Amino acid sequence: MSKAAALPAGRGAARFRRPSALPGFRLTFGITLTYLTLIVLLPLAVLLLRAASVGPAGLWALVTDARNLAALKTSFGLSLAAAAIDAVFGLLIAWVLTRYRFPGRRIIDALVDLPFALPTAVAGIALASLYAPNGWLGEPLMALGIKVAYTPLGILVALVFVGLPFCVRTVQPLVAEIDKSSEEAAAILGASRFRALVTVILPPLIPAMLTGFALAFARAVGEYGSVIFVAGNLPFVSEIAPLLIVIKLEEFNYAGATAIAAVMLLMSFTALLAINLLQDFSRRRFGHV
Amino acid sequence: MSETTVPSIQGPASRGSRGRHAALTEPRPVRIALTLTAVGFLGLFLLLPLAVVFVEALSKGLGPYLASFTDPDALAAIRLTLLVAAIAVPLNVVFGLCASWAIAKFNFRGRNLLITLIDLPFSVSPVVAGLIYVLIFGAQGLFGPFMQRHGIEIIFAVPGIVLATVFVTFPFVARELIPLMQDQGTTDEEAALTLGASPWRVFCTVTLPNVRWALLYGVLLCNARAMGEFGAVSVVSGRIRGLTNTMPLHVEILYNEYNYVAAFGIASLLALLALVTLAGKSFLEWRHADALAGRGAH
Amino acid sequence: MTAGFAPTALSLRREASARPVESASAERLHHAGTAVRVDGIVKRYGGPGPAALEGVSLAIEPGELLALLGPSGSGKTTLLRVIAGLEIPDGGRVFFGSQDTTDIPVQRRGVGFVFQHYALFRHLTVFENIAYGLRSRPRAHRPKEDEIRRRVERLLELVQLPDLAKRYPGQLSGGQRQRVALARALAVEPSVLLLDEPFGALDAQVRKDLRRWLREIHRETGQTTIFVTHDQDEALELADRIAILNKGRIEQVGAPHEVQDHPASRFVMSFVGETARLAAEVAGGEVRVAGRPVIAAEAGWPQGPVDLCLRPWDLTVGQGPGTLPGTVREWRRTGRGTVAEILLDGAEAPVEVKVTDVYEPGDRVALAVGAARVFPRG
Repeated sequence: MSKAAALPAGRGAARFRRPSALPGFRLTFGITLTYLTLIVLLPLAVLLLRAASVGPAGLWALVTDARNLAALKTSFGLSLAAAAIDAVFGLLIAWVLTRYRFPGRRIIDALVDLPFALPTAVAGIALASLYAPNGWLGEPLMALGIKVAYTPLGILVALVFVGLPFCVRTVQPLVAEIDKSSEEAAAILGASRFRALVTVILPPLIPAMLTGFALAFARAVGEYGSVIFVAGNLPFVSEIAPLLIVIKLEEFNYAGATAIAAVMLLMSFTALLAINLLQDFSRRRFGHV
Repeated sequence: MSETTVPSIQGPASRGSRGRHAALTEPRPVRIALTLTAVGFLGLFLLLPLAVVFVEALSKGLGPYLASFTDPDALAAIRLTLLVAAIAVPLNVVFGLCASWAIAKFNFRGRNLLITLIDLPFSVSPVVAGLIYVLIFGAQGLFGPFMQRHGIEIIFAVPGIVLATVFVTFPFVARELIPLMQDQGTTDEEAALTLGASPWRVFCTVTLPNVRWALLYGVLLCNARAMGEFGAVSVVSGRIRGLTNTMPLHVEILYNEYNYVAAFGIASLLALLALVTLAGKSFLEWRHADALAGRGAH
Repeated sequence: MTAGFAPTALSLRREASARPVESASAERLHHAGTAVRVDGIVKRYGGPGPAALEGVSLAIEPGELLALLGPSGSGKTTLLRVIAGLEIPDGGRVFFGSQDTTDIPVQRRGVGFVFQHYALFRHLTVFENIAYGLRSRPRAHRPKEDEIRRRVERLLELVQLPDLAKRYPGQLSGGQRQRVALARALAVEPSVLLLDEPFGALDAQVRKDLRRWLREIHRETGQTTIFVTHDQDEALELADRIAILNKGRIEQVGAPHEVQDHPASRFVMSFVGETARLAAEVAGGEVRVAGRPVIAAEAGWPQGPVDLCLRPWDLTVGQGPGTLPGTVREWRRTGRGTVAEILLDGAEAPVEVKVTDVYEPGDRVALAVGAARVFPRG
């Protein structure tokens, strides 16, 4: 009856959106979707289409090309290692910063976010200068026979740098929220401190640690600026995948660049999916993210 | 903290020289060792790189340091960086406000998918972010021939730099606002509506004040990234001195020319920007923690 | 067995002759001069469950103070929000006076709404909160600055907070916030004032004071008011009329004494006031509990198995035929005399009955029934 004519929007959109008295949904949703599509979705789709147009055989040949493969291996292998180091030290740092009181704690806490705020090129030249054979750290390390700059080890250092805040910041709120009473319960039940740590306190933190690990890994795989200065960029040794994309582009080898980019994108999306599943699991299992 | 709570619960007297509450915290030597390890790790990996920037910049004294800013190419790079941030940040603020309004104040299908898609640029390598625009607007790109015919320059020009910067800073504002606005719900807006306020007035006088600190927080992070972005911009810029060089790109060029004082000089400006960002961020977290509720890690 | 049951019979007769709720309210819908009227409101929240509102019709007269009473999930808040325009109904119409306001957006309905948690604007002072509605008017209708000042000050006096104009909501107590929220809602001179659980977030003493004060304000302003509550005492004490909702339907609308003394359904009976319920049977002109006759049945009562519902204040310790046996659970002194908690044989929950003697737990007693109601078992 007249109702349907009076409220066509409420009726028609009912299945998509719960009707609301608040204004502005169409406008803001429209802007959001348009902007997202133009800036992010369409360009990424173009990349994937371009990769697909090379054909699976061609793509496979490009990906398994010895130099490309070496770069991908370097990127993924070192990213995994860096994320693992970050996860361990991230937990330690989060624990110390939340549980202990010591002078300068606040400033150190703020400093943890430095890799988020410091432009990657600045971090890159700073690390290169620190670990160069004549640098503050490079010189003593050289004396011990360890060469960091211009080797895979240099890449690892840079990746640990960029990934660290993810691992600290995902775990930190959970350490702060640890239920004191379960620690107390463990103590009353006669558990030693170490046993309490391992059996009661750590398990709920593991999903957050894994989330931090995945975030640090995703960031490390794509990292460019802070790595290239300290990496040496030797093909087959210390050449990372993002750098190879830049090199291919400079050679106008769009197909090669696209193939490597597509592989990296797929890996990032897998990591993103893993993060979402982890957080879902954590929410259901422990009631928090 | 752990040492002062529940004094009635005492660890076994034998454990630890201090005895008190040994069961609820670690023994003192362990605490000290853990603290030193954590602080040492942070000092080694974070503080030293920061310090080296300023030390290198000032290694030849104040004169050469200051001279690195007056070079016309450096000035052009600073100007371009400011220009790019001045375009990209407001765009992402408008987008962030629209997205958070639609997502947090309404209930529709696919809301979580939309949130995931908004976060997508965070998991895309900056280099890939640059590449996608080259594939569209570059000489061999999708619209390349069209652009050449009409004399439109995007890649190796300022528009490309802006696009790449917008892409990498895309989620910053939205992801600060969405959880907060979801937490706040819709009653304040409803109250204003029952009082007869127009939608625009509701937004300006109720919604915006409610999220102002979170918005500032997002803008701070968005701006830091916009000014400091290197990978994405480096792919689309073509590094034309004085024209398409942003500050981070200029740092790279100077460094590769072994002009360390100038490279670290410009880098020190960016490092200062980072420190200001961190200070502002920490201040907001400390002073307005409740107004930033729902803020997650990045 | 005759004289003693006269009042019972009387009340039962009224009960039996009471018209079904729907027809009573439907009749009222055709009266002229209602302030607010809803007609067949349907509201669904998606999902397969029952609708939040399943065809609710109700009319509120000008100057009336009406309570929407019901348990949580009964749809009372949804109905209030539909009247305000904060929810868009899936069916039915809303009228303010003779005007159909169903499609008029909330900004232009001219209602005053007090939210459960007040929704005061945290970044604005008390003064600016109250002035918000006046400042929101289109320029042509916006009062001048000194007029706004005068009106806000008058409202601050009405709500007895003249000195707090410069405070922020965060600096106020719960009761003060409630008053500011009310002043803010009244500032726009609404055609109807809507309050969602107005005292829900306050502690008991503040609640009592505010109740009395709201009643006074209502008397002073004559403002048509609808408020939502789950607290029967609040509804009985404050309202001119009470609409009782259950599962998205209105069970009964009436003055407090009507719903209390002549509940239209077993739900209303048990929701408005304490009730003891016994399985009984109506047969042969009497009501039997466990086969024994208790009271005389009246014409028009349902025959067969029924629920016999008793108010504790209609029960007295007595003897002889027609009494109900029970066991004392507990006996104690209170500020208003001594009471015994008695579990009637066959009842699910004990009732508190005023007594004069001293009892021990486990004592057997018999209770005489002063008045009772029956509802078909179901």
